[in-house]
Amino acid sequence: MTIEHHPGDELLLAYGAGTLDEATSLLVATHLALCPRCRRRLDLAESIGGEWMNRTRANGTVDETGIDSAMAFAPEDDEPAGPATAGSGPFLFPQPLRGYAGGDAADLGWRAVGGGIRQVRLKTRGKGAKARLLSIAAGTRVPEHSHGGEELTLVLAGSLYDRGKWYRRGDVDAADASVVHRPAAGPEQDCICLAAADARLKFSGVIPRLLQPLHGF
Amino acid sequence: MGRVIRNAVRSVQWGMEKTGNVLGFRRRGPTRGTAVADSATAGAPNPGTGPSRHSADERTLSARIEAVAERSDTAAFAELFRHFAPRVRAYLLRGGGDAGQADDVVQDTFATVWRKARLYDRRRATAAAWIFAIARNRRIDVYRRERRPEFDPRDPAFQPDPLPDGERALTAVQRAEAVRKALNTLSEEQRDVLRLAFYEGETYAAIAVRLGIPLGTVKSRARLAFGHLRAALEARREALT
Repeated sequence: MTIEHHPGDELLLAYGAGTLDEATSLLVATHLALCPRCRRRLDLAESIGGEWMNRTRANGTVDETGIDSAMAFAPEDDEPAGPATAGSGPFLFPQPLRGYAGGDAADLGWRAVGGGIRQVRLKTRGKGAKARLLSIAAGTRVPEHSHGGEELTLVLAGSLYDRGKWYRRGDVDAADASVVHRPAAGPEQDCICLAAADARLKFSGVIPRLLQPLHGF
Repeated sequence: MGRVIRNAVRSVQWGMEKTGNVLGFRRRGPTRGTAVADSATAGAPNPGTGPSRHSADERTLSARIEAVAERSDTAAFAELFRHFAPRVRAYLLRGGGDAGQADDVVQDTFATVWRKARLYDRRRATAAAWIFAIARNRRIDVYRRERRPEFDPRDPAFQPDPLPDGERALTAVQRAEAVRKALNTLSEEQRDVLRLAFYEGETYAAIAVRLGIPLGTVKSRARLAFGHLRAALEARREALT
């Protein structure tokens, strides 16, 4: 698998700093599970955090009774076979996505939102972007739309064509508020992707605009 | 144990020297002197020089985590706590929590260090970077009441690393050393963005408001800063090969 389209460095940096909202973090973390190149960049981002912490003036004294209470917990044994790693795959969704979705692509209750598109909304907390999984039927074009803010799309299966480029498993398509586009799924199979957008999509056509309140798309 | 405490004290003193130019957001003047001196050294990397005092300290700290992992070494854990707990606490207080909350998260962070020491990999992270990441996650959990989504290397769908190459050929300690020097050579504007993001936990949108500049400018400063650090790593790697 060769990933060609990565999240921008500013996103990897913010993920390392811990300042992204939960939905965007989910998308970046899922990309990281598939992308050793970006994991190296995350290592760099975290070493910046470590360096900053090293430069900190120690702030007051910390109560040393904390040493014993921290050790009151038993050290964790090797690999706990919890639900996080249950099953053997092959999985379409790497962690942490599988945990958020409550299963792999085939296990989910997809809801048709019209035009050959099905979706599953994912539950994330806090303000900011919302995350959802989309399944776009092979060869289907998404109605033309723009975004109130940035939209990130991580392809997990099939392919997506957008503004002259193809996106495949692991690739991230980033569209900011200035972009009006109508991405299309490749013809070979349904395209399954994870999208994180920080505002509702704005459809250009009349019909999708009428449907929007009904489907919450 | 006495030696480690002395090391800790030394690092605190070092931290205080550096604090002026890095954390003193509004401060100007004499603190710039330090940055200039540092950038002069960083500009002429000398691969022939032996490991710095700092790197030796960092290797000692990594070994402490490994001692906790391998034999639940309580003395090693106590040393880690004494070295890092005050720094973690300062980090949390910068991020806007109250003292009680900060103490809880410090406690939480070190309970995690104790329990998860086996997951520490000195090739990937220095002790400081690893503990920073734990504290960051606990902060998100407690302060923002959000989950922190993370990949899981044990997951069958995880794409493992190919053979070591490029940046990976540097040890985490060498990488931290390069980052330390390169941070001092960043423009003040770029360094401010990194400091606000990493240290104060501010989003780019909040940084834009705080500095009175467009969001796009904040993001491009972040990208430039990161590019600069990556170039410094690359230079370091080439100097070693």
